[in-house]
Amino acid sequence: MQRVGVFVCHCGSNIAATVDVKRVVEAISNEPGVVHAEDYQYMCSEAGQALIAKAIKEKALTGIVVCSCSPRMHEATFRKAAERAGLNPYMVEIANIREHCSWIHKDIVEATEKAVILARAAIAKVNLNTPLKPGESRVTKRALVIGGGIAGIQTALDIADAGYEVDIVEKTPSIGGRMSQLDKTFPTLDCSACILTPKMVEAAAHEKINIYTYSEVDKVSGFVGDFTVDIRKKARSVDMDKCTGCGVCQEKCPSKKAPSEFNRGLGTRSAIYTPFAQAIPNVPVIDRENCIKFKTGKCGICAKVCQAGAIDYEQKDEIITEKYGAIVVATGFDTIKLDNYDEYAYSQSKDVITSLELERVMNAAGTTKGHLERLSDGKAPKDIVFIQCVGSRCADDRGKSYCSKICCMYTAKHAMLIRDKYPDVNVTVFYIDVRTPGKNFDEFYRRAVEQYGVNYIKGQVGKVIPQPDGSLLVQGVDLLDNKQILKQADMVVLATAIEPDPDVRKIATMLTASIDTNNFLTEAHAKLRPVESPTAGIFLSGVCQGPKDIPETVAQAGAAAVKAIGLLAKDKLLTNPCTAKADELLCNGCSACANVCPYGAISYEVKEVNDHGIREQRRVAVVNSALCQGCGACTVTCPSGAMDLQGFSNLQIISEVDAICQ
Amino acid sequence: MSSEKNCAQQIKEISGADPLKCMKCGKCSASCPSFNEMDIKPHQFVSYVANGDIEALVNSKSLYKCLSCFACLERCPRDVKPAKLIDAARQLVVRQRGKDYLTADEIPELLDEGLPQQLLVSAFRRYRR
Amino acid sequence: MSVENQFKPKIVAFCCNWCSYAGADLAGSSRLTYPADVKIIRVPCSCRVNPMFILRAFEKGADGVIICGCHPGDCHYSTGNYYARRRMTLLFSMLDYIGIENGRTRVEWVSAAEGVKFSQTMNEFVDKIRSLGENVRLGDLRCKK
Repeated sequence: MQRVGVFVCHCGSNIAATVDVKRVVEAISNEPGVVHAEDYQYMCSEAGQALIAKAIKEKALTGIVVCSCSPRMHEATFRKAAERAGLNPYMVEIANIREHCSWIHKDIVEATEKAVILARAAIAKVNLNTPLKPGESRVTKRALVIGGGIAGIQTALDIADAGYEVDIVEKTPSIGGRMSQLDKTFPTLDCSACILTPKMVEAAAHEKINIYTYSEVDKVSGFVGDFTVDIRKKARSVDMDKCTGCGVCQEKCPSKKAPSEFNRGLGTRSAIYTPFAQAIPNVPVIDRENCIKFKTGKCGICAKVCQAGAIDYEQKDEIITEKYGAIVVATGFDTIKLDNYDEYAYSQSKDVITSLELERVMNAAGTTKGHLERLSDGKAPKDIVFIQCVGSRCADDRGKSYCSKICCMYTAKHAMLIRDKYPDVNVTVFYIDVRTPGKNFDEFYRRAVEQYGVNYIKGQVGKVIPQPDGSLLVQGVDLLDNKQILKQADMVVLATAIEPDPDVRKIATMLTASIDTNNFLTEAHAKLRPVESPTAGIFLSGVCQGPKDIPETVAQAGAAAVKAIGLLAKDKLLTNPCTAKADELLCNGCSACANVCPYGAISYEVKEVNDHGIREQRRVAVVNSALCQGCGACTVTCPSGAMDLQGFSNLQIISEVDAICQ
Repeated sequence: MSSEKNCAQQIKEISGADPLKCMKCGKCSASCPSFNEMDIKPHQFVSYVANGDIEALVNSKSLYKCLSCFACLERCPRDVKPAKLIDAARQLVVRQRGKDYLTADEIPELLDEGLPQQLLVSAFRRYRR
Repeated sequence: MSVENQFKPKIVAFCCNWCSYAGADLAGSSRLTYPADVKIIRVPCSCRVNPMFILRAFEKGADGVIICGCHPGDCHYSTGNYYARRRMTLLFSMLDYIGIENGRTRVEWVSAAEGVKFSQTMNEFVDKIRSLGENVRLGDLRCKK
């Protein structure tokens, strides 16, 4: 029999106002095993913890029940207190009489009665507790960053600067991400490439950073501190060691009709290509779908002109297997498809473009060399209409329910840049709300209105109608004047909602990281652990967690790096001791448990067992306690009842059920 | 007519729409082909229902200017269904005896040769019982 | 009916540590009320709930048992709630067969953010059990005091 001490907390008046604490102490003091019971104002305080320590020593307690707030709040506190007093921390149970009792019930009699029952259940459980010892697992001192945009680059740089090896996996042929496609950045209007490319170069040159471009994560196994990851290096058809990046192959390539991903399909590129001039690595990729050699077998011009002999048509995908202690997800975003927004005529007119496409139009290295022109006829536009919230803040399934956060600011930026460079162009912005929380953000927006004369209209556009003369008729509303507006425009720019990169779902599944209904990765805690996934060892960087602009992304990237470094700095991790355990005598080796284990923690061994004097070789289940996360799926599946979960054993839970149903 | 609060509730029930979902973007009014004919514009209609100002609605011209083209309903990003709200308000009126917008005798005078028969029938259905 | 004579059902709620237990905490910290007849047992995952526990509860005189887990796709252990769903579907149909009405058993997905849903679910469930009355089917008379 255990020697149990029960400690009932008043929590000021939080508990004591609706639960008669003295009555609880009295009611449970005769429960089996209880040798000590007392109450105190604040159990979690220094003095409260001292009371517990004192009782453990004086009464030689072997188990503790604290009737207080939720175990999610202070279980760790009381476990540590017990441990300091020489008791195994897993001999502590919490009866949640605040969140589950005093706060939800008004009647003191009813609440006290319930508190007593909850305390009894915890006492019944602690009577069956056994001391548990956490295992240890080693930490591989290497981090993986998935995604090579500004978030991934910054995280990798920060981790590498702390002295740890980092691998970046990027699915496109170059790192740089969305930021490399942008022209200028708000609210300072500095050039995106000018601030990004030095970071890209720094990452590439860093001795601790290893970059896998044109590569994808294929498989992830393991757990915090010890992940094993298969990285698929897709066949580049160019030998990275031999290529000098001279660019002759791209010049001579006869297949130049492939849509350029980097220019959002506005321009074309050759079949052998680097996405943009500053690409890192500066090694081209052969796009086999568009390559004449791969399609017909006849061509091979690139191989002929390559002085370095780097072209390799026979190259195959290569799988690299590497171990990591921490994984940072930085998969970024894309704009949503506008197939469901026919009213804006995006698919009908070349002059209706998304804001990201406008970035490529305005960029000096873009399709039009930075000249603002209509994509249909190359003429200079005179009237440009911007439409905000296209696909953002939608209650239906055409768009996204959230605010994409960056659109108000980049629209103000675009409007301002256009008015600055082409003062004779009229710029109109249809908005629902202008949201500018951020340092110098509202000042920026006001400048667009007051200094640059951008015409902001409160109201939405209902329809964009392409006219026979090539212009666009915009039918909108001015809610403040209560007038419907028909406006002739040459160009319409849609502030298209952003969404997490579609591949993130696949990656989250591999990582067992949770994801919300919008495909954003979920944080471990919305406020207090915003850069960690609930899955240990997985960290979140950038827009994969939620919409954000560049400075926020960089800040989060640094935060994710710090969390990863904190993990990598440890030599060993303590593992949760509440793991499954098989009773060798009862196990019949049927494999049912291994089939339901999501972690592959159960294997089988042939062991000699002594079954009541009969010694025989049997195939029995063995749980790897470092891999087991303690869900308990196996315990229910086991047909012979051999599998049990430590800390939540069958008997413990049944004893709780009994105490409640008494 | 029962109290205005009751009517607002009835309009919400008949239409199955929730005016509180409106984020005041005005896309309904931007899409409306009868906008200029209306005294209470579609986006205002939504906020009148939300605020329970039903008296003004049932007396408004807008009830009979709405073509039920459902452009607002199709394009509304918040799924507020302004056209259904208007339709529901119209029903509230039509359901009362003697509140017909048109009587049968008035019709021939208004007839337009180019008008499709189907439209005529649907107008009858909508404006009188 | 006076308060004293009102039927006070015994209801056991198994809550997943990662979602519904936290959802119940949120219901508490938001001061959302539900009847004291509900007593919560914390389990690491809804898939830890052995059908044996539920049978035991009914045997010991419980009038209703509810299992709360994470929403499909959100399981902390990736697939636990799917196991729970399949097991409970089977168990509940068998219980119904032996006379424990389907209304006495329920599986509900409640996330850590759904305090309101937790309290609503519990209120509904208690109402349902009150309408069904005392469970006499599986009660072990030896367990009655």
